[in-house]
Amino acid sequence: MLSQVESHLRSDRFPHIWCPGCGNGIVLSALVRAIEELGCDPDKTVVVSGIGCSSRAAGYLDFNTLHTTHGRALAFATGIKLARPELDVFVLMGDGDATAIGGNHFIHAARRNIDLTAIIFNNSIYGMTGGQYSPLTPPGKRATTAPYGNIERSFDIAELAKGAGATYVARATTYHATMLEKLIMAGAKNKGFSVIEAITACPVGYGRRNKMGNGLQMLLWQKEHAVTVKQAEKMSPEELQDKIIIGELYRGEAPEYTVMYEEIIARAKGKTQ
Amino acid sequence: MANALAAPKAVHIVVREGWCKGCGICVALCPKEVLSLNGSGKVAVVNPDRCVGCGRCEIHCPDFAIGIEVKKQ
Repeated sequence: MLSQVESHLRSDRFPHIWCPGCGNGIVLSALVRAIEELGCDPDKTVVVSGIGCSSRAAGYLDFNTLHTTHGRALAFATGIKLARPELDVFVLMGDGDATAIGGNHFIHAARRNIDLTAIIFNNSIYGMTGGQYSPLTPPGKRATTAPYGNIERSFDIAELAKGAGATYVARATTYHATMLEKLIMAGAKNKGFSVIEAITACPVGYGRRNKMGNGLQMLLWQKEHAVTVKQAEKMSPEELQDKIIIGELYRGEAPEYTVMYEEIIARAKGKTQ
Repeated sequence: MANALAAPKAVHIVVREGWCKGCGICVALCPKEVLSLNGSGKVAVVNPDRCVGCGRCEIHCPDFAIGIEVKKQ
């Protein structure tokens, strides 16, 4: 299995820059296995990323990769998909990259229902820049910019994506790596905007400051706090308060953007002829 | 899962020590205590015969440093 995964890596760039115990590599590994299992043609697979620790992932992959500007991965990916709708486009972003700096690109990509598979590495913090709180830092948690605890409410990425119009929304943790792989595959198969939130550990920027231990302990924390969609149905809102609901959260139907765009081109050509 | 752990198989464990950062995730998640960290804090295979090829180490390794190849018998 590792040899199959390795065939899609730029091995000369390893070992990667991520800290010991950082979950980003687990998400990357799940993505590579998903792409391998989907049987995507590497020459027709595009991985676009923004800025941040997680966005370094694109540089380690031997596909067509694009490391873009902060928050703008979806804007670049939209351009790629419009120009070449036959390509499989995966977009890797961090929680801050996707929902703060790129918040507008995120909701509008969802609203358009463009056929992209967005994977959001949610580590609850801005890791690369030094542990500032992000829109996904839970209330009360500490960050370098919230030394007494964060007073802001955090986004729910899944609800945000669903509300904005995404047609596939799912969540898994790095502990549930196989589930994550399967959800990425399902998201890639959805003809529309798919969002997969991957809960991942930042032991250095987030865990240490919040006394959550090292990468392993944070991974086990995910195991203890995750409940499946089925389990969650039987639980009260109080019981669910500190839980992470994992699995396929939403599937919707909506016209896909590039298909609509092709139609409008055909219509415009018909009129001029 | 229960079946996967039932009987030892012909398993080959591949370790890329240069990529390992010694986080210990594989050591802790291995159900059969096959792995350990060596003196340099890197992953080492200490009980290869006990490996059942479940692959938990591989899918949870953040560093792509360990792989399991299950040989067909």
